[in-house]
Amino acid sequence: MKIHTEAGERHVLAVTVDNEAGILAKITGLFSARGYNIESLTVADISADHALSRITIVTSGPPAVIDQIIAQLDRLVPVHSVTDLADGGAHVEREIALVKVAGSGDKRIEALRMADVFRAKVVDTTLSSFIFEITGTSDKVDRFIALMRECGLVEVGRTGVVAIARGSEAV
Amino acid sequence: MTEMSGADMVVQALVDLGVDTVFGYPGGAVLPIYDALFKHPTIKHILVRHEQAATHAAEGYARSTGKPGVVLVTSGPGATNAVTGITDALLDSIPMVVLTGQVPTTLIGTDAFQECDTVGITRHCTKHNYLVMDPDRLGPILHEAFYIATHGRPGPVVIDIPKNVQVATGTYSIPNRIDHKSYRPQVDPDADAIAQAVAMIAASERPIFYTGGGVINAGPDASAALRQLVELTGAPVTSTLMGLGAFPADDDKWLGMLGMHGTYEANMAMNRADLIIAVGARFDDRVTGRLDAFSPNSKKIHIDIDRSSINKIVPVDLAVVGDAGRALDALIAAWADKGHKARDLGEWWRRLDGWRATRCLDFPEKKEDAAEIMPQRAVKALFDATRGMDPIITTEVGQHQMWAAQHFHFDSPNRWLTSGGLGTMGYGFPAAVGAQIAHPDRLVICIAGEASLQMNIQEMGTVAQYRLPVKIFILNNQWMGMVRQWQELTYESRYSNSYSDSLPDFVKLADAYGWTGLRIDTLGELADGIQTMINTPGPVIVDCRVAQLANCFPMIPSGAAHTDMILQPNDIVGTMDDEAKALV
Repeated sequence: MKIHTEAGERHVLAVTVDNEAGILAKITGLFSARGYNIESLTVADISADHALSRITIVTSGPPAVIDQIIAQLDRLVPVHSVTDLADGGAHVEREIALVKVAGSGDKRIEALRMADVFRAKVVDTTLSSFIFEITGTSDKVDRFIALMRECGLVEVGRTGVVAIARGSEAV
Repeated sequence: MTEMSGADMVVQALVDLGVDTVFGYPGGAVLPIYDALFKHPTIKHILVRHEQAATHAAEGYARSTGKPGVVLVTSGPGATNAVTGITDALLDSIPMVVLTGQVPTTLIGTDAFQECDTVGITRHCTKHNYLVMDPDRLGPILHEAFYIATHGRPGPVVIDIPKNVQVATGTYSIPNRIDHKSYRPQVDPDADAIAQAVAMIAASERPIFYTGGGVINAGPDASAALRQLVELTGAPVTSTLMGLGAFPADDDKWLGMLGMHGTYEANMAMNRADLIIAVGARFDDRVTGRLDAFSPNSKKIHIDIDRSSINKIVPVDLAVVGDAGRALDALIAAWADKGHKARDLGEWWRRLDGWRATRCLDFPEKKEDAAEIMPQRAVKALFDATRGMDPIITTEVGQHQMWAAQHFHFDSPNRWLTSGGLGTMGYGFPAAVGAQIAHPDRLVICIAGEASLQMNIQEMGTVAQYRLPVKIFILNNQWMGMVRQWQELTYESRYSNSYSDSLPDFVKLADAYGWTGLRIDTLGELADGIQTMINTPGPVIVDCRVAQLANCFPMIPSGAAHTDMILQPNDIVGTMDDEAKALV
């Protein structure tokens, strides 16, 4: 017998929650307990009184599973709202990566040239290394990192995706 | 406001919330609360013999009264022992508040004596949980916890209270009104959805009501509303295991329970219906059978208070989010408003009666006095003997549970207490304890299997201590019968570890605890034995020896459709493939 899995589509969820102890464990535990995917997850406090946090979750699944994820998140007591950013039309997604590249000679020059093409900033340098800061969609960050592998990539740190809907309305 | 200790605040909050009974077991980290409860004038503490039993007793109390059950246990093993009952309450939507002691805040995280991460362990088996770090928060948190446990879809809430928070003093405060900032369950159904639902029901030629525990949770008025709506529409009713009692079993619209061990007529009706009206039921795998063959030609309306239950398993045509009782009331009002009359469902009822004619719950048996007792007969005899006594029936989990569901009939809600979702062996006896505490003068019977009963048999001590007249009726076939049945169906009768070896002598055990013990061996002794049980004051355990190898039918084998029921043992053919074996 083989175990079958269904193909899914990528969704970005914005979840507003009470900024309380254990909330992240509650959210991530829900995903692991019910077998949902987390491709990336970011969380930070977003209100002036530090009472609310916004969690941005990139997940994937068939439409029925995405609906379930939203309903399951929404019924958690500390969850205020769940928005599927793909649902509300266009949205903006950004991710930051810090990319450390070590080397000398042509590879070093090539790394700097490509960083310029990608509009990555140099935030630290030594005679034998750069740290680039790159901001963009996950795809763009992926492509930049792939190129840097050829130019002496030694370390990467990524934030995961934050996203917000276009237009004047709040979620 | 005067200062008071955290422990006193806990007790004060329980008083203010109308709690009269707490099921619990003391220990180091909860001693301050136990001291505050010492000789308390209004709160009765029931000392169980194991914390799991405290949670099931609280469930029995809750299910039989509609009020939340309250549990008090210590840190570490006290909390972990409670986890099974907490999870049981989560899956069966039972309102429960569990107070756990915790090591002092200064020791949290140090692997202190009897420390465990209670909020971590219970995070995913509670509706919500709290760790209280400040005594001033105790009042608001307790009140909020009861609100959450009882509003929306009910469930268990854990409050973990470190010992120094119980000892420290602070100000007790009560929120004026619980206006939770994020938890606001939708209880009133959407009017447009109701209008649509009524139109669908009025247009249906083959409708069926499929109701569940949500109707029971919505209170007795919801059961009354269900009866009224069924009367108005003329449609048949089936119910899940958890929903038994919401609709009277002697009504001619009643088709019996549906699902794996449901009736042939209920399952065939679900399969052939053109409209399913699901009320407070969640399309559990035990109900649907093979999903791609589940009711293929019907439109489906799903009324549920939990939006995440809708479209979780079976996609539906119309979702109605709201309290089952309010939704049923709204349907009745809208039905009258539109001036609908019950349609002529004669053709549908002719087909239903045709399926009924299979008499799927009949079972082969010998009739002479010396014959062995068929377990189904034992349940029927128990039902006949207690008619008119309005008993509360609890069960353990297994074959006896299904036979009880099939052959014991209920005409009112809150009389049938069973572990449906989690299927917890060891539930029934402590649940009977909780129900008996809540209803001291009622006849409370736990229909048990000899294997399940042993999982919490230590509670015989609790019953003796509080002089509870609980009756345990064991269908003793000396097997973990349901396990053995599956081994017969799936594993060519290789009975791996399913024999109940080394059973105690239950009559002597009864004697040891100061109970009355009876043994029934033959059909001729059955009726008298049951009468003796009923007439004997105080707790009674009946060791009713039944046919050892009887199996529970009808049955939808795992991986099969509603239309592929095994009606009798000789219907079993062939072996099961791996796809079917892999299903639970």
